[in-house]
Amino acid sequence: MPNYNWPPMESRRVMGKRVTRLDGIQKASGKAKYNSDVRPAGTIHGVILHSPHAHARIKSVDTSAAEKLEGVTAVRVVAPAGTEIQWAGAEIATVAARTEEIAHDAVRLIKVGYEVLPHLVREDDLSKAGSRAKPAGEAVTGDPDAAFKQADVVHEGVYGIPVITHCCLEPHGQTVAWNGDTVEYFPSTQNVSGIGGDLAKGLQLAAGKVHVHMDNVGGGFGSKFASDLWGLEAAKLSKASGGKPVKMYLDRNPEQTIAGVRPSVYAKIKLAAKKDGTFTAWDSTSWMTGGFAGGGLNADLLPYVYRQVPNRRINHTAVSTNNGAQRAWRAPNHPQVSYITCSALDDLAAKLNMDPLEFFIKNANLTAKPDVYTSQLKKAAELIDWKNQWHPRGDKRAGVIKRGLGLAVGMWGGAGHASQCRTNIHPDGTVEVELGSQDLGTGTRTVIVQVAAESLGLPMNAITLKIGDNSLPVSGASGGSTTVGGVSSSTRISNLNALEKLFEVVAPGLGVPPDQLEAVDGKVQVKGTPAKSLTWKAACQKLGVRTISEMGANDQRNPRGLNTGGVSGVHMADVSVDIETGVVKINKVVAVNDCGLVINPKTAEGQVYGGVIMGICSALMEERVADEGTGRVLNADMEFYKLAGIADIGEIVVHMDITPEHDKRGVVGLGEPATIPTTAAIANACANAIGVRVPTLPLNAKNVLNALNGRRLA
Amino acid sequence: MQAFEFANPSTLQEALGLLGANYSDANILAGGTDELSLLKDNIHHPKRLVNIKSIKALGGITKTATGLRVGATVTVDDLMNNALVRAEFPSLISAARGISSPQIRNMGTVGGDLTLRPRCWYFRNGFGLLAMKEGKSLVVDGQNEYHAIFPEGLAYYVSASSFAPALVALGAKVKIASATGVREVEVAQFFLAPKERGQGESDIKPNEILTEILIPSAKGSKNAIYEVRQKEALDWPLAAAAVSLRMKGNSVESARVVLGHVGPRPVLAEAAGKLLAGKSITEGVAEEAGKAAVAGAKPLSNNGYKVQLAQVAVKRALLEAVKKA
Repeated sequence: MPNYNWPPMESRRVMGKRVTRLDGIQKASGKAKYNSDVRPAGTIHGVILHSPHAHARIKSVDTSAAEKLEGVTAVRVVAPAGTEIQWAGAEIATVAARTEEIAHDAVRLIKVGYEVLPHLVREDDLSKAGSRAKPAGEAVTGDPDAAFKQADVVHEGVYGIPVITHCCLEPHGQTVAWNGDTVEYFPSTQNVSGIGGDLAKGLQLAAGKVHVHMDNVGGGFGSKFASDLWGLEAAKLSKASGGKPVKMYLDRNPEQTIAGVRPSVYAKIKLAAKKDGTFTAWDSTSWMTGGFAGGGLNADLLPYVYRQVPNRRINHTAVSTNNGAQRAWRAPNHPQVSYITCSALDDLAAKLNMDPLEFFIKNANLTAKPDVYTSQLKKAAELIDWKNQWHPRGDKRAGVIKRGLGLAVGMWGGAGHASQCRTNIHPDGTVEVELGSQDLGTGTRTVIVQVAAESLGLPMNAITLKIGDNSLPVSGASGGSTTVGGVSSSTRISNLNALEKLFEVVAPGLGVPPDQLEAVDGKVQVKGTPAKSLTWKAACQKLGVRTISEMGANDQRNPRGLNTGGVSGVHMADVSVDIETGVVKINKVVAVNDCGLVINPKTAEGQVYGGVIMGICSALMEERVADEGTGRVLNADMEFYKLAGIADIGEIVVHMDITPEHDKRGVVGLGEPATIPTTAAIANACANAIGVRVPTLPLNAKNVLNALNGRRLA
Repeated sequence: MQAFEFANPSTLQEALGLLGANYSDANILAGGTDELSLLKDNIHHPKRLVNIKSIKALGGITKTATGLRVGATVTVDDLMNNALVRAEFPSLISAARGISSPQIRNMGTVGGDLTLRPRCWYFRNGFGLLAMKEGKSLVVDGQNEYHAIFPEGLAYYVSASSFAPALVALGAKVKIASATGVREVEVAQFFLAPKERGQGESDIKPNEILTEILIPSAKGSKNAIYEVRQKEALDWPLAAAAVSLRMKGNSVESARVVLGHVGPRPVLAEAAGKLLAGKSITEGVAEEAGKAAVAGAKPLSNNGYKVQLAQVAVKRALLEAVKKA
């Protein structure tokens, strides 16, 4: 059996190098094709009729006029009479037509009778939730009451982070066509290997009857794993239209109302410390909404990272509201609990008159990784010049622009998912690496090819990578930052299994046993003896007419040390706040993250830049505005759903924590941890600048001025 | 979007002949940066769309005996880069820059900005300009953080125009043509607050076209605008103030202070103007003028912060106007 271990850090030739992503130029130049660009010959268009009401019972659906419209090929009722609609935007009916415009016209001709029912769409004021509030019960460790009594300093505060949306630039959707009894499926997905079976189940087809293709996806962030109602409907519309390809993508409004959101979290938090800064007790009463189904927050994460505080009491309530359901959003739970925890800890440090850096370091023993957090806090502090730039709460300098620093912490799992890879070595020397995986824009393509080039001793351009097709070996969905660990491990194992077969063929000619061969620099040679070698091509010619095709799998129960989970991270922010207008500007964000063995520091940094930018948007701008009067989301657009532009993000400094200690843990995912602490770091920097806590995000003019003016926050 | 007839006239007379007695008969297409969204969102559903960008007479920026004439279809970008405008009207340049999307500056027109429909999210979600449901305003008890602090009647939306506050401060007029003739209207009188359903937000009738903007010369006076923006990237100002100051030496002879994005019409703050007369602009005077400008504000449940923003905008616009180059 080959030795699958990663080559030692110092002898890697391709892995660990700052390789520019392979599909970068294609994406930047518009050549890369997304499935929303795919329009096979004969494509017709599907459009959905959505409910305008947040809560209603369907009394009647009359599709007759729509069916008669010239150009309409199919009309389907999704929510027949009697159905109870639980959020605005819920799907009522679908139409397929020759053009998208005709389909829209047809949708407008469908007459729906609604019995409008009372709704609740906002959860920020828990007192209005009534029976919609579902408390999860209390969890206590230690003796919080005694700890608060004995404490030298107690702080109490209220913190809130609203529901935000995924805002994928490529909306959810797909093109689907029937070819006899099989289905050709072009979805926008994070789950190439799994989504075909999901659709097949809905269509009551054998799983293998659905063929999935996807080269690129324009954002998923956790919201694109399943085929969804619109996938199933597109397939059914296609079937009803003689199998013609049906293209059906959500418009922007439903994209931001029914295709997933990140739950809110609001919390009343009380916490205690000794005079010397030792954090002793935590008591939180939190609530949130994840939409009608309620969803949940893993309140057991509290207090985040500093979880080993000896005394804690946790109460959490999920509020069921008439809104579209939550979906995983880049590090589910973590950005929110990082925000409420790190804000409260920062306020406690302020009450102690203690530098929060000192406070977070002093209490590092309450984290699972005291040494890692301590070293990352120190590194980030160095990069943001904390020693010289930090000041106690409230910038006392003259002028209306106040500047401040803040910090926050994060953690994540990120062990590799189950993944299978096939490596084909052909007699002509060409090599294919095949996985039913996907590149969400993270650099997955690039790192797989780096691993293969490293393992096979070939240049990267000698490797042909095939992903994005469910006829390829099954690889996991890209969620939980599990992709890089999974695909790098399966690729490594598959490559070495194939190489072993090649060595068996080549060894006799070189006069050594196969296990004495190695593949380096485009040659197969006797270990350490370049003189006794064959070029890669000459070696492969020995295969005659046989192609080597070998599998490799990442077994999550035994990842062979190739990948693991568990990462940390510290972000620090430097902000300026105009105290007359409440406008917060980012000067700088420093991000220190570890992710074990880093296959490509450049694409890893790219992940962190993206994560930090999402954290900035959440800190400064993002909120879903649900309106009780109409039951609608009023800003389901990209105008009043505000996101940062380039000029809004300031300077981002990324430091990948690459050390032999982290490296020997193997590969760990990074996509999610990269975004977790940013928001809280910015909120703390704002509090440091202006001297008061803005309890509810985002840090927009309204919330900042209300906090400065002591107005109650709405 | 509902199907419509597309007309591409090359003369003003031809275009006017294509309009109807109701807004639903025909809409005008200039830059299309917003009209197309309104069509797609089914907020506008005209039978005909009349493109006026092929009408040469509606373009161009020229000097007149009393100031400047800006054609209605001049793009924001053309205005921003025009030497005549740059020489006298820093407030217009700054307002143009505030439309922080190169795509919109390249396509959007000055006439289109003046006739831009409100961004009110109730309006944009199909609840109408007055956002009424069962006889009650949805805005008053609803999500009104971006709405008027100077509401008029039931009109709680804010005028969306970027140029209007500066044009009102400058005393500009618009020319409006119909098949029967041409009329001139002060920009200050151009905006209306609708009192009931079906009324529009400007003094332009379904059969009329805004053809040009006439801006009196600003020689011997100073003008500036300050917009409070949440974002650097494309975004609507939360509040703005434009000022035009006729100077006598170092002191203000007369002043026009206009607030933007705080009411259904640009708000001419006469008290602030009076307060400034005869004074030199100092930080303190500017602060006082800001306070005077918002003295009559009637904020809603969620937009009290905009009173401060408008006040600060006045102060900063005044200080900007008298800033030594």
